Amino acid sequence: MTRLQADGVSVRRGSRAIVDNLSLQLEGGSFVALIGPNGAGKSTLMAALAGLLVPDAGEVSLDGKSLRHIKGRALARMRAYLPQNPRAEWPLSVERLIALGLTPQLPAFGGLPMAFEARVAAAIDQFDLAEQRNQPATTLSGGELSRAMLARALVGDPDILLADEPLTGLDPRHALDGISRLRGLAQAGKLVVASIHDLTLTARYATHVAVMREGRLIAFGETAATLTAALLSDAFEVDACVSGAATPTAIVDFVSY
Amino acid sequence: MVRCKGWLGLAALLLIAGIGLSLCTGRVWVDPMVLVRSIFNPQPSLAWLILADLRVPRTLLGLLVGATLGLSGAVLQGLLRNPLAEPGLLGVSAGAALGAVIAIYFGLSASFALATPLFGIVGAIVAGILTLTIGRGGTLMMILAGAAVSGLMGAGLSFALNFAPSPYAAYEITTWLLGSLADRSWDQLALAAPFILLGWVCLAMTARDLDALTLGEAQAESLGVNLRRTQLLALAGTAASVGAATAVTGAIGFVGLVAPHLVRPFVGHQPSRVLLPSALFGAILLVFADVATRLIPTAVEIRLGVLTSLVGTPFFFWLVLRLRRLSP
Repeated sequence: MTRLQADGVSVRRGSRAIVDNLSLQLEGGSFVALIGPNGAGKSTLMAALAGLLVPDAGEVSLDGKSLRHIKGRALARMRAYLPQNPRAEWPLSVERLIALGLTPQLPAFGGLPMAFEARVAAAIDQFDLAEQRNQPATTLSGGELSRAMLARALVGDPDILLADEPLTGLDPRHALDGISRLRGLAQAGKLVVASIHDLTLTARYATHVAVMREGRLIAFGETAATLTAALLSDAFEVDACVSGAATPTAIVDFVSY
Repeated sequence: MVRCKGWLGLAALLLIAGIGLSLCTGRVWVDPMVLVRSIFNPQPSLAWLILADLRVPRTLLGLLVGATLGLSGAVLQGLLRNPLAEPGLLGVSAGAALGAVIAIYFGLSASFALATPLFGIVGAIVAGILTLTIGRGGTLMMILAGAAVSGLMGAGLSFALNFAPSPYAAYEITTWLLGSLADRSWDQLALAAPFILLGWVCLAMTARDLDALTLGEAQAESLGVNLRRTQLLALAGTAASVGAATAVTGAIGFVGLVAPHLVRPFVGHQPSRVLLPSALFGAILLVFADVATRLIPTAVEIRLGVLTSLVGTPFFFWLVLRLRRLSP
């Protein structure tokens, strides 16, 4: 079972701690929604968990081994990372874009081996991109691009997926599609961590929630037990009502005066 | 795939035509039959002397320099993900020019023929190291550092012109700066070639990383790309190859900018697959441009750098207009 663990992780910018002495233990088979107000340090924590940012204090470890001691390419084969609003800088075809996800598996020179083409084709089918296969990635709609990027991240079959706000800018149908895919990956045994702002979708699909505020982790646990009105008012400073957390009809709403 | 093969065939054909033309044309027209005969049966004749001492080194140099500019332009455009990037961007060409001009300024080139390219290579390396030290940490920093180093080297050039010891020296510096392949010897070619080849190796090693950079820096890093190493390879490769090329020929603009754009649509815009065709077309462009300098009937032979700028600028306008149309 994959285990991703943060021990006393702190990340500082100048005198300010963006992530403050944070410890967290995540396991394969769960879909963890990282929630919290803007500026709580979610993106920084995601980058630290992905090993892209070395914490100023504390340590992130994967299956008991510190990320500092895992080589970039070896780490890249085990975990995939999607930043906020990922985009393609050149008009590559969708197929070639997805194939870039196999970069850590490739030899230093030469083309894509035939076996890898089959994996790209499988990813295209899995994410319903057959029609867009040869379309330039720069001309995709928001929903298509987010599916293509997800396919890119998962084509190498990593154990862990870290996605920073994967649902931003998606309409309800595509957001539902995206989050149910993330849930499906967790059911297939992967560890999925995603920072999410849509709390209703979080309540319906996430198996666990981790709540951050001002660089600290103020709650972590299974969605049904953790996602409560009291917690949300602590984290976001608004009155909230939560009904049926961790059920397919859950609703989180905010009360305004 | 078929289209890709056809494209390579076309490139090979153009390359052979360019080489043939470059060997035959000049102040003395060498008949192609003589050319073929002297390949199979080298005998000291006037035609043979012209070929061996003038045309062959000139053509080889044109191929090497053109390929260097095309390759380096493709790598830098991929690294910086900027369609306007070109080999001169990082200050290396300006450094090479300043080094060479220093050699001319102090009259070293008059007493020792290889002083100009030698100083040029040193200048390119100094400029490369400066850009790399100042431009640590990120693409934007590197571009800014390159602009600063270019400015510094340009100031040095102006200074040398301003205080030139004699009008003749000023004239010599200016014409050298215009760029040319004329009258370059085997010695100069032998001096530049190792640096150029070394630079090519560094540049080619960035291919995989450039592909990953299509996804942006964060995703490229998450895929195991060491950005620092990629930047170092690209800059060192450019400093060695473009530096050595500029040191021998003077500044030749626009080839490095144009060549990647010419081939990019035909290889599906994938940065790693742009490299080889871009180098090929850089070589083709430069050899044809050099042939044109010999064919255009002017009193003084038009300088290669002047011709590439004249032909390249309209392309630049076209590029700007196209970018304006594509961006919202």
